Amino acid sequence: MIDGNGARVDELVDRLLDDHPPGESENIELWGAQYDRGLAWVWHPDGFGGLGLERRYQGRIDRRLEAAGASTENRRINLLGIAMGAGVLDAHATDEQKRRWLRPMFTTEEIWCQLFSEPGAGSDVAGLATRAVRDGDEWVVNGQKVWTTLAHLAKWGMVVTRTNPDVPKHEGLTYFIVDMESTGVEVRPLYQITGEAEFNEVFFNDVRVPDENRIDAVGAGWRVTLTTLMNERLAIGGSTVPRASGYIGQAVEVWEREGIDDPVLRDRLLQLWAEAEAARLTNIRANEMATAGIPGPEGSTGKLAWANLNKEITEFTVDALGLDGTLYPERYRLARPERFGLHEPQKAYLRTRANSIEGGTSEIMLNILGERVLGLPGEPRVDKERPWSEVLRG
Amino acid sequence: MAENVVSYRPTEEQDLIRSTARRFLEERIPLERVRELMMSDDGFDRILWKEMADLGWTGLTIEEELGGAGFGPIELSVLLEEMGRMVTPGPFLASAVIATTVIQQIGTAEQQAELLPPLAAGERIATLALFEGPRQWDPGIAVTSASTDSGGWVLSGEKRFVLDGHLADTLLVTASGREGMGVFVVSPSARGVGVTPENVLDPTRRQATIGLDDVVVGDEARLGAGDATAALRRALSLGTTALAAEQVGGAQRCMEMSVDYAKTRHQFGRPIGSFQAIKHRCANMLMKVESARSVANHAARVTEDEDELAIAAPLAGSICSDAYVWVAGENIQVHGGIGFTWEHDAHLYLKRAKSSSLLLGSPAHQRDLLGRAIGI
Repeated sequence: MIDGNGARVDELVDRLLDDHPPGESENIELWGAQYDRGLAWVWHPDGFGGLGLERRYQGRIDRRLEAAGASTENRRINLLGIAMGAGVLDAHATDEQKRRWLRPMFTTEEIWCQLFSEPGAGSDVAGLATRAVRDGDEWVVNGQKVWTTLAHLAKWGMVVTRTNPDVPKHEGLTYFIVDMESTGVEVRPLYQITGEAEFNEVFFNDVRVPDENRIDAVGAGWRVTLTTLMNERLAIGGSTVPRASGYIGQAVEVWEREGIDDPVLRDRLLQLWAEAEAARLTNIRANEMATAGIPGPEGSTGKLAWANLNKEITEFTVDALGLDGTLYPERYRLARPERFGLHEPQKAYLRTRANSIEGGTSEIMLNILGERVLGLPGEPRVDKERPWSEVLRG
Repeated sequence: MAENVVSYRPTEEQDLIRSTARRFLEERIPLERVRELMMSDDGFDRILWKEMADLGWTGLTIEEELGGAGFGPIELSVLLEEMGRMVTPGPFLASAVIATTVIQQIGTAEQQAELLPPLAAGERIATLALFEGPRQWDPGIAVTSASTDSGGWVLSGEKRFVLDGHLADTLLVTASGREGMGVFVVSPSARGVGVTPENVLDPTRRQATIGLDDVVVGDEARLGAGDATAALRRALSLGTTALAAEQVGGAQRCMEMSVDYAKTRHQFGRPIGSFQAIKHRCANMLMKVESARSVANHAARVTEDEDELAIAAPLAGSICSDAYVWVAGENIQVHGGIGFTWEHDAHLYLKRAKSSSLLLGSPAHQRDLLGRAIGI
């Protein structure tokens, strides 16, 4: 069914493709034009990469662009900017800030990263300790962030800092966009259990950040942080994978290739296949209900379900390999990862251990489901009313 | 592979079926009444059955020309989900779902015109007499035999685990003979038929053993023609799909009971739902319920696509069975001691859950069917 807005975006996409035929124009040029014509984030206002339409038209635009062979790789290359940073700017930034940051973000000329977690603030991210102290028109930032994706490639970092330690933890936070090329920013690779460094540790030593890079009010950092995390969830929940793809597809492939004939392993594989398919169907149902404007609890279960499944499936696959499961596809070496996508089973087994930790631990996800979806009471909080500086940490 | 194309969004009609069912079941068969029926001799309330017939339920999926409401599997699953919430007793699954489906799948137009209207009207109850052994769910094998007699058939054997066999006016007996597997319409009052009610784990859903001692039936008693194995498998797939919806409703209700209790029960000066040990249990219930709902909804939406149903039905059967049994068990744990009492309703759901998970094929059997369908 095509409504008036659908027809309008279709026409704009057609014209964009006419003016910048895929394959003939540079991606950056195409993405720039896409932004200028309001087709980057269609729900943003006019002039900021959007047309002020409902969010659901974006899928239609992207599908049509992809079908015509136009690249939407920018959404992967600048994942944290386009999926999360843009939402933060849209909701909290001044027009001047949006004008400065949105376009080069979308064209990937400026890569973004997000700096929330700290060695002493994991699940309790609001307890973070990185300090920002005002000095005239600038702020001086000191502290350490961790698990920062893309920090080594990023121009801009979304940083939450503590600006007032003498109020309860949620009230003393302020959010900045920090130039990652500033003096005093040090990015070190963080080697994970596969030996690869997908992430970084970031150190701030007397980094000076102009006040014009502050997002929203002083002390409003928690609000902006929540917007960021909400956009992260929207981005994760947005895609639907084909049946029996990903790691369950790999498990089936190993099963067939190895010609395994073991009734116990077969039942286990079928159990995992069924659970993966159930999670996939839940994802489809959630997307349909969300698009229809009647979102329900089904929209909140995906992250937790896939974390468990990825861990169990890759463990199964290594078991199915038998003694081959004790071999590793390559010699361990400490390096940046060279490619993305599915890993070999043994490496996948290691990598997926983080799925129940990254982006919210499964325990925190269960709390969220219990408290926000089921309405169960929260834990009594010893840090709730006390100034952050008096709370035990680390 | 085929993808789901039918929307998950409920239609107005489906919403109406749901709200009507919820009101009727809560008013007419609240759990106090369920308890009376589960302790009664036959577990059946004829007046309620007639009221359900008047609401169009007993003929929900029977076409309108034959006195039914002409709805499809999605509407059926909406109604069954509500019945699952209330552990509604009676022969609905046996008669209005499984036996009706078997007649629709196998019967000739003439046989359907004869057998279905009284079922739709709630005047007769039918059930499928298929199983013979405790772990033999495949309808392709039967020891019960059908030998040809002059102008008819002679049936011999024993059928077990026959749902509501003690109530049925019409038995649909599977037996092998000439032309392979056949389904025969048998009256329980025919000479040589012995009906023995069983004691059952879930007293809201009864079973009987049916003895067939050289029972003579006419040629017209055989439903359709040819080997009925494929049609029976399809009927069981549809039954599994319907049962999955009932399981979702029961699991959802168990989760709600636990969540309500966790909000109000206080220990150590706090509602127990504020402890992560309980909160996480409840959140995991939600995970299972939503997962079960997805596969049950999917199966009900693909019944027209034979290849996809061969995947979706056992998928729903295994996931929903496991989910309901798990949630019903956890519900008792969340309630602690009170959850183990006869007085509390938790055991009604546990018994229904465990029994349902085996009725049409254990989860492992369903996974075996799934494996065959996807080539694993």
